[in-house]
Amino acid sequence: MIGIEHYLVVGAILFVLGVLGIFLNRKNVIVILMAIELILLAVNINLVAFSHFMNDLVGQVFAMLVLTVAAAEAAIGLAILVIYFRGRGTIAVDDVNRMKG
Amino acid sequence: MIQTLAFYLFAGLVIASAVMVIMSRNPVHSVLWLILAFFNAAGLMVLVGAEFIAMLLVIVYVGAVAVLFLFVVMMLDIDFAAMRAGFIKNFPLGIAVALILLAELILGLGAYNAGGLELATADGSAAQGVDQSNIEAIGVLLYGRYIFLFEVAGIILLVAMIGAIVLTFQPPKPGARGRQDIGKQIARRPHEATVMKNPETGQGVEL
Repeated sequence: MIGIEHYLVVGAILFVLGVLGIFLNRKNVIVILMAIELILLAVNINLVAFSHFMNDLVGQVFAMLVLTVAAAEAAIGLAILVIYFRGRGTIAVDDVNRMKG
Repeated sequence: MIQTLAFYLFAGLVIASAVMVIMSRNPVHSVLWLILAFFNAAGLMVLVGAEFIAMLLVIVYVGAVAVLFLFVVMMLDIDFAAMRAGFIKNFPLGIAVALILLAELILGLGAYNAGGLELATADGSAAQGVDQSNIEAIGVLLYGRYIFLFEVAGIILLVAMIGAIVLTFQPPKPGARGRQDIGKQIARRPHEATVMKNPETGQGVEL
C-alpha cells in the first residue's frame, strides 16, 4: 500500500537532486535553472500528496500557484540569460561581477 | 497492486531522469530528461487523483517551459565542455551537502510519522465531494474562496511576460534594411510620387 511517506520520500529525493545539481553545475546557468525547476517540482509533489492524504484541495490550489511562479521565474531567468549572453558572449556564472562596485 | 507497481515505476523514472538532468553533458539532453521527469511526476499526481495539476504540469512545463529551455539552449552558441570544468572539483562538497539535506528531510519525515508533531488537520471545508470531479472541485475553490490568489497569479504571469519582452527587446536601427519609416510613409503625398503624362502615339515617354 502506498502511503504519504512514499510520496514525501520521492519529493525529498527530488529536492536533494535539485540542490546537488546547483552544486555540481556551478558554471552553467541553464542547468542551474533546470535544477531549480526540479526543486519546485519536488515541492509540488509534496503539496499534491498532502492534499490527497489530508483530503483538502487547498494543496492543489497552492501547487498551481507554485507552478505559476515557476513558469514566470523560468521566463525571466532565461530572458536575463539571453541579454547577459548578448553583452558578454558567455554565460559562465562564476565570473559574473559586472555589477560589483 | 497495480497502483503500487505504477507508483514505483513513476517514482523510479522521475528520480532516474532527475539524476540524468543534473549529470548529462549536453544541456539539450538535460532538457529532454527534464521533460521525462515532468511526465512521470504528472503520472505520480494522477495516481493520487490530482488530474488537474497533472495535466497542468504537462501543458505548462512540457509545452511551455521545456520548449523555452530548448529554445535558449539552441539559440546561444556556447562551449558546454568548458562549462563542466568545475564538475569534479565541486563533486565532494555537493554530495556532502546533498546527503546532509537528505538525512535531515528523512529525519523530519520520521519525526512526522512518529507523531511527535501535530500538524493542523483539514477542517474538511475544502474536501473534494464524492460525486465531484477533481477539475470541478478545484474550479469551485479557485473561482470562489481563492479568487484573489488566482488573480494575483495572473498578474505575476503578466509581469513576467512584460519583463521578458522588455529585457530582450532590441529596438530596430533606423536605417536598417526592410524597416518601415512610418512617418515618412504617412507624409508622402500623391503629387510627389506620381506624374501625369500624355504621350503622343508612337513616341516614348521621357521620365
